[in-house]
Amino acid sequence: MGKTIAEKIIGEHAGRDVVAGDIVVAKVDVAAVQDGTGPLAVQQLEKMNLIQAKNPKRTVLFIDHAAPSPHKDLSNAHKILRDFAKKTGVDLSEIGTGVCHQRLVESYVNPGDILIGADSHTCTSGALGAFATGMGSTDVAVGIALGKTWLRVPETIRINVNGEFKEGVYAKDLILYLIGKITADGATYKALEFGGETIKKMSMSDRFTLSNMAVEAGAKTGLIEADETTKAFLESRGRGKKFRAIAPDEDAVYEELIEIDASEIEPMVSAPHTVDNTSTAAELAGTKLDQVFIGTCTNGRLSDLAIAAKLLEGKVRHPDTRLIVVPASKDVYLDALAAGYIETFIRAGAAVMAPGCGPCVGVHQGILGDGEACLSTQNRNFQGRMGNTKGFIYLASPATAAISAIKGEITDPREVL
Amino acid sequence: MESELKGKAWKFGDGISTDHIAPGRLFHLRTNLPELAKHVLEDADPEFPNKVRKGDFVVGGRNFGLGSSREHAPTIIKLSGVGAVLAKSFARIFYRNAINVGLPVLICDTDQIEDEDELEIDLSAGVIKDVTKGIELTFSPLPDIMIKILSDGGLAAHINKYGDFKLE
Repeated sequence: MGKTIAEKIIGEHAGRDVVAGDIVVAKVDVAAVQDGTGPLAVQQLEKMNLIQAKNPKRTVLFIDHAAPSPHKDLSNAHKILRDFAKKTGVDLSEIGTGVCHQRLVESYVNPGDILIGADSHTCTSGALGAFATGMGSTDVAVGIALGKTWLRVPETIRINVNGEFKEGVYAKDLILYLIGKITADGATYKALEFGGETIKKMSMSDRFTLSNMAVEAGAKTGLIEADETTKAFLESRGRGKKFRAIAPDEDAVYEELIEIDASEIEPMVSAPHTVDNTSTAAELAGTKLDQVFIGTCTNGRLSDLAIAAKLLEGKVRHPDTRLIVVPASKDVYLDALAAGYIETFIRAGAAVMAPGCGPCVGVHQGILGDGEACLSTQNRNFQGRMGNTKGFIYLASPATAAISAIKGEITDPREVL
Repeated sequence: MESELKGKAWKFGDGISTDHIAPGRLFHLRTNLPELAKHVLEDADPEFPNKVRKGDFVVGGRNFGLGSSREHAPTIIKLSGVGAVLAKSFARIFYRNAINVGLPVLICDTDQIEDEDELEIDLSAGVIKDVTKGIELTFSPLPDIMIKILSDGGLAAHINKYGDFKLE
């Protein structure tokens, strides 16, 4: 019987043949925590008397959610991570280095790996053909110390995407469209596996956007074949030798098959307060915005900033709409500087912040006021997400975000493209 | 862990997220869990931290605990004295985290339970008795590995006991 990508990777790490539904103990290749979940992971390791890392070179503690720290309690939480890194020799990703998921794909995760991360968007690395999934602090703590975890092999929903995107439509619109269709719990406990001609032609950056949001449909991970595009990406990051092709068998057994015609998708927006509350940008056009945020692990990569910069070039944000831009990593920031995008953003009236999570998690750098509306390129718009339960968050692509910042209201990007 | 639980039901709707349970605006309290627990679920019901009593139950609808991987969410529900969370369905990471911190999570038809109903739950028999309504509900059994982790008092206690995963 043919195997899905999830079954293949988990089987290799469990040392036996597995099918969906099996429960196994599997080897962990990469383990990661961030500053919101890492201190608790360290405390749990202390409780278990396991101040150790099985693979220090592939264990990473990221300081990205509250970075630089806006509060003394968080500064103390950061100290816990720095001390643990010193004691065990694991990698510490300091403030200014970037969002964990972007840094993981840039420098740590390879096709065929298992990555467990104490952050729900760990599924981002699934785009490299790695089984990457989010867990809590204790699960990841055990993974760090023992180099293994227990997993239930998930059933897989195959998403086949064919056809060309219309102008002004991007990977973000595709994933919002999909989540609107299958709902926020449509893939709970399951893996998504993306394929088809559209995905084959898609850049690595856009593939990360898709996999990043798999969890917003409840999925355990969002897998994509490791192919020539993956190989070129790894080569560009000096990890060409780590490439191996990962693909499902042709007769793999899927729980469900979903076919999407990319040419039918419009620029999409998720309205408050759930990701599956989707409409077209045109349907929400005219919604006034107090803030626009371009960045995050979903859409803070160079190609995202390029799209936004092109639209903002020579323009200025609407006087009533603040604009915040946060590159996803240090390398993205440097490349964006070299390309002139950062200057464009600053001249357009944006506050450009150091690489990290920015205002996405509601900790700092752009908390909403009562009744304020923000359009963001992030992945989640739950009530209270951006630090205020009385705030309203809309999700969209970098193109929709950029044009909406100029107009001061939600705008279909095709109005100017 | 006690197998028989008794307390009041506090009802919540569908889609209670980890931001409702342990919001990002309280990020700085994550290393002070007893303090964070004073705010548990307050963004879904501002009165909840004041009215919850030891042994009570949180009763949700669909997709309870969606969102973040923050283990602080089930941890502070447990710290507030809640004996179990009942819901029609749970988000994956929350469900796994709850077991890891020793908080029972039960999948059942919560539409039949109303706010403030008195419940008696026998975890080993798999029965929820709504004393107020005089009805009995059943819940789906947990996978064996989760029963093992829960009965050991959570994942850290499980690893402490065996030094490794012991699945059988």
